[in-house]
Amino acid sequence: MSLTSWRRLTRHQLFWPATILVALLLFNLPFTPGFLAVGVRNGHLYGSLVSILVFGTPLILVALGMTMVIATGGIDLSVGAVMAISGALACSYISRQPDQNAVTAALTAVALALVVSLLLGAWNGLLVARAGVQPIIATLVLMVAGRGIAQLITGGFIITVQSRPYQTIGGYLFTLPTGVFIAVAAVVGTLAVTRRTALGLLVESVGGNAEASRLAGVRAQRITILVYVFCALCAGVAGLMNSSNLANADANNAGLWIELDAILAVVIGGTPLTGGRFSLGGTVLGALILQTLKTTIYTIGVPSQANMVFEAAVVIIVCLIQSPDFRRRATAPFRGGTRTGSPPVRQPAGVDTPVEARP
Amino acid sequence: MNAPTTVAAAPATATTPRLRRVLHDRRLPVAATALLFLMMYGYGSYRYSFDAQVGPNLLVNNCYLVIAAVGVTFVILAGGIDLSVGSVIGFSGMLLAKLIVAYHVPAGVAALIVLAVGTAGGALMGGMVQVYKVPPFIATLTGLFLFRGLSLVLSKEAIPVDDAGVTQLAQYHVPLGGGTFLSVGALVALVTVAVAAYVLHLTRFGRQVYAIGGSEQSALLMGLPVGRTKVGVYAVSGFCSALAGLVFVLYIQSGDPLHAIGLELDAIAAVVIGGTLLTGGAGYVVGSLLGVLVLGLIKTIISAEGTLSSWWIKIFTGVLLLAFILLQRVIGVRGTNRA
Repeated sequence: MSLTSWRRLTRHQLFWPATILVALLLFNLPFTPGFLAVGVRNGHLYGSLVSILVFGTPLILVALGMTMVIATGGIDLSVGAVMAISGALACSYISRQPDQNAVTAALTAVALALVVSLLLGAWNGLLVARAGVQPIIATLVLMVAGRGIAQLITGGFIITVQSRPYQTIGGYLFTLPTGVFIAVAAVVGTLAVTRRTALGLLVESVGGNAEASRLAGVRAQRITILVYVFCALCAGVAGLMNSSNLANADANNAGLWIELDAILAVVIGGTPLTGGRFSLGGTVLGALILQTLKTTIYTIGVPSQANMVFEAAVVIIVCLIQSPDFRRRATAPFRGGTRTGSPPVRQPAGVDTPVEARP
Repeated sequence: MNAPTTVAAAPATATTPRLRRVLHDRRLPVAATALLFLMMYGYGSYRYSFDAQVGPNLLVNNCYLVIAAVGVTFVILAGGIDLSVGSVIGFSGMLLAKLIVAYHVPAGVAALIVLAVGTAGGALMGGMVQVYKVPPFIATLTGLFLFRGLSLVLSKEAIPVDDAGVTQLAQYHVPLGGGTFLSVGALVALVTVAVAAYVLHLTRFGRQVYAIGGSEQSALLMGLPVGRTKVGVYAVSGFCSALAGLVFVLYIQSGDPLHAIGLELDAIAAVVIGGTLLTGGAGYVVGSLLGVLVLGLIKTIISAEGTLSSWWIKIFTGVLLLAFILLQRVIGVRGTNRA
């Protein structure tokens, strides 16, 4: 491979996330020889890779919605609470039906949960777009109150359900986990809508400068509301998958801290928190990296009390590798260092774009 | 700040200049929080006949949150955010307990070590933000994972602190007259608020914090030491969290790796209820104290009511947050959303 094409490859936005993911997967091989093997058992695919996919799908979905919100320069802290509410609603509805196995009951429960998720997203979107509240606080409201609302719905109990149709959402379909179908459909659908139509460009223009795009004729408020609705819908589906997989609704723990994982996945995937551009492929890779990391911690036998330190260390390394400033400094000794003339330390610190010297 | 804006402040334009001046006063949100606190307290006293100790107890039971909220106020004023607060508190408590119980370090020395570690941890996160341009949200999120993980590495079980000096300090009550008292932790919290108010309003560092929160680029062009100040606010937050961790140990006399999980959200909520703008540059540390007291009062009232379940605390906190955010939108000084 020639040097220029190599350089072009390393500049590709998916290069670093993909490298990290592959490195993490290969890292497992010496510890678990059959790590990459995929087999069939009881008519289901199984293997470490499959379980990464199964447990990773809710995160992929939530991170997908989060990407669109972050692309507009916003952030949504309420996704975990929305997951809890959606699962709580569906399970409490099913648990009150005389025949829990009825398909109509499951469908109604799903529809109910999704409609409420849409409403919650619209609430967030209205607060941000119409009331002009900073996204981080606007969604903090629902993050704090939402879990209380979920507990209100479940009455403080963990509601278990025995509904076969409902459990297929978090179970298997045609030997593959149902969640994988949902996630693939969601990713492909979002890719098609954002990259095959102008919508993605509009979202990015709102993220770049909401006021300028409004003046340019983009309905910025409507776009903003739309991304929050989409994000809440993704979280709602993830909540259904989660509660269906566990066959219960736990208002306290469903989707707890998933907003942090999702934001991390988006950032690892190369979407900047400042908005203005986004990478859906990067987000999927980011979510898979996080899930692989969690699986790795268990399979290589890190002592359980050191889990979080290990995770934190990897995340810090990943964030630093993603930081162009860090890469420039780390590789400077190997490049001779004088190429750019002045060392990076001399740059005005704290400003992303260089300040023009002209008056 | 007082220039007429075209985007927001629509309600203010139709009012008289005098009313507008009142609405634009940056102290108004703090005054509103104080008024709300007094109204809630009055309602509580009337309905549940609070005894005299309820007021001081708000401070006694939430002293660690007050200290943590002070640290978060610094970071938010400078335009950042700190999610690591709860984890640093949990870690500090564990470190103190471990040092005293397992290594027999004198309590005073152990406390100093903990404060130094907390400050250094905060400064490291600030360094990640400033030097490597990692977004504050992400840098402090890794801090959240790291410190929670480190406290689990220290011990998976809670460590009771049975040091005679610590116990004596924990049980020491400062009488206020009329049979009421404050704990040592509550006094530390009040001193922290006073020192923070002094630093923010009467020192160079404090002005730099407000300047950077107002506009980082302008601060940079004015020649202010932006990098040093930004690392500084995270160090202050780390210090405050470590101090809160020490006070927390005094409060419950043990270190537990699972303590103070999610406390950063309470701290941020208190700061917002206290009227500080989350984009930075405007707000008062006294507001954060009032914000914590309001949150404490919600818990007190709901437990005094008896029939309401605990999740109503969360719902009321959310409703209150919403009310204050909308209030801040109505008040002109909160201004336009700088994109």
